[in-house]
Amino acid sequence: MDTVFIELDGVEKVFDVRRRTGFLKRERRQVRAVDSLSFTVPRGEMVGYIGPNGAGKSTTIKMLTGILTPSGGRLRVAGIDPSRERTRLARRIGVVFGQRTTLWWDLPLIDSYKLMHRMYRIPDARYRENLDRCVELLELADLLEVPVRQLSLGQRMRGDIAAALLHDPEVLYLDEPTIGLDVISKAKVREFLRELNTERGTTVLLTTHDLQDIEQLCSRVMVIDHGRLMYDGPLAGLHEVGESERTLVVDLERELPPIDVAPARVVKVEGPRQWLAFPAHESAAALVARVAAEYPLVDLSVREPDIEAVIAKMYAGASGEAQRVVP
Amino acid sequence: MESSRPVGGLRAYGLIAGMWIRSSLAYRASFAMTVLGNLLLSGLDFVAILLMFSQVDALGGYRLPEVALLYGLSVTSFGLTDLMCNSLGQLGQRVRDGTLDTLLVRPAPVLAQAAADRFALRRVARLTQGMLVLGYALVAVDVDWTPLKVLLLPVMLVSGAAIFGAVFVAGAAFQILVQDAAEVQSAFTYGGTTLLQYPPTVFGKELVRGVTFVLPLAFVNWVPAAYVLGRPYPLGLPEWAAFAPPLVAVGCCALAGLAWRVGLRSYRSTGS
Repeated sequence: MDTVFIELDGVEKVFDVRRRTGFLKRERRQVRAVDSLSFTVPRGEMVGYIGPNGAGKSTTIKMLTGILTPSGGRLRVAGIDPSRERTRLARRIGVVFGQRTTLWWDLPLIDSYKLMHRMYRIPDARYRENLDRCVELLELADLLEVPVRQLSLGQRMRGDIAAALLHDPEVLYLDEPTIGLDVISKAKVREFLRELNTERGTTVLLTTHDLQDIEQLCSRVMVIDHGRLMYDGPLAGLHEVGESERTLVVDLERELPPIDVAPARVVKVEGPRQWLAFPAHESAAALVARVAAEYPLVDLSVREPDIEAVIAKMYAGASGEAQRVVP
Repeated sequence: MESSRPVGGLRAYGLIAGMWIRSSLAYRASFAMTVLGNLLLSGLDFVAILLMFSQVDALGGYRLPEVALLYGLSVTSFGLTDLMCNSLGQLGQRVRDGTLDTLLVRPAPVLAQAAADRFALRRVARLTQGMLVLGYALVAVDVDWTPLKVLLLPVMLVSGAAIFGAVFVAGAAFQILVQDAAEVQSAFTYGGTTLLQYPPTVFGKELVRGVTFVLPLAFVNWVPAAYVLGRPYPLGLPEWAAFAPPLVAVGCCALAGLAWRVGLRSYRSTGS
């Protein structure tokens, strides 16, 4: 049984960029938005796709959905070449663009769903079932008769996600699904996605700037920068690659010279409070014990590494060479 | 079961146009006012020609009923196209803000979706006014009607609408490449229909030649209407040219379809 659902092999996307350099004078330049990108995603996996702005995330999603035609390489989704058979593929995929809604602004939410029902030719029973499910899990019951323009951003996002799922897509692409949402809306969206993935086995590929999305949802994360895959593996492995450090914050009885306990190093001192950085894979307990044995300790806390910083570190350290951990 | 592309396209068109009509009815008062405003505005358009004829008896050798025939044919066929796919003229907007993406991920032909986009029933105003003027012209004009001439009328309207449609589609394809070309497109569509409201005899030969051989708008009304009115053809075209509009329309649509494919394939979308 072939379980590979998304397959990219040396995919490239080159844009011609014309820049005005003077009156009527233009400079032509080629920009490689995606550069020999190769990866596969098996059916039913939930993958986080992250990277800084302009890294090529959206370009990848647009090639996967057939919106953009790759300049080179081979790309298949469910065995289909997206740019050649975009319309056929459209029935099997769901797309949510976080920044632009596909709902009908001036009409009640339910009208957008009715349009999906007819445009995708969803069998009546199936449509009912899917709609009921989405309405229940995304808490849309009170919103169905409300014109979309009156919905809050979080409500609209939930509405958009439901709209993308009524036709039972095999894969759901989400481009920044939690952007601009409040904490409660984010939690609802995440819970729904987790349930969709585990219950229905829907493959999910999500781009995000919110690393909590990834932490809470994705078993696998891909990091892309300058159109290249920089990392592909579990989230935990990202910390290792990024040489991430945890921070031990200790409050001492009084001001003392910087603590000297290997393998930690003091990164900051503020009166009796000191910040010690130590490798994320080292045990915090052992370190705390040693500090407590040698110094008058009053209070302490351990801070987990900030993944954003980890990625930034990885970017800084990466000299074009992809660091990969194959799961 | 998969239906054929044209059928699927028409179906999607109907669905989307229906949504836009319902959207516009969400603001009933505004809808009523824009319809009224459009009717008045379209009406004033022909008043300008009437005013001209209050000063002169003929324009380029054409009398008022004859000019009214040209006007009616031009505005009716254009009005039909404008009603059906006006939004193609603003496709650049969707390209610029990236919302064309959302049409591309739907299981329906993008051209049909883009044409139905922002469908506005108020545009029937122009069509209505065109038909009214055409009606007046048919009553007032001095023509020995033969079956062939009568048959030519609906053929002209359908072919004319198709020729204008091709201009809209080709223009939309161009706007995918050059997003701020909406004005260029308007020059050809609105400019074209205005040009055709006047007899070819008032324009310079070069312009008439361009409108005949380069962008064949002359086949919307000038050439076939010359046959109906028994007037000399522009540029001394042969007599059969009056029956060429369907062929010209098919040719234009094929070229426009090709341009659309090329345009869509070179779509670049926007960042994120």
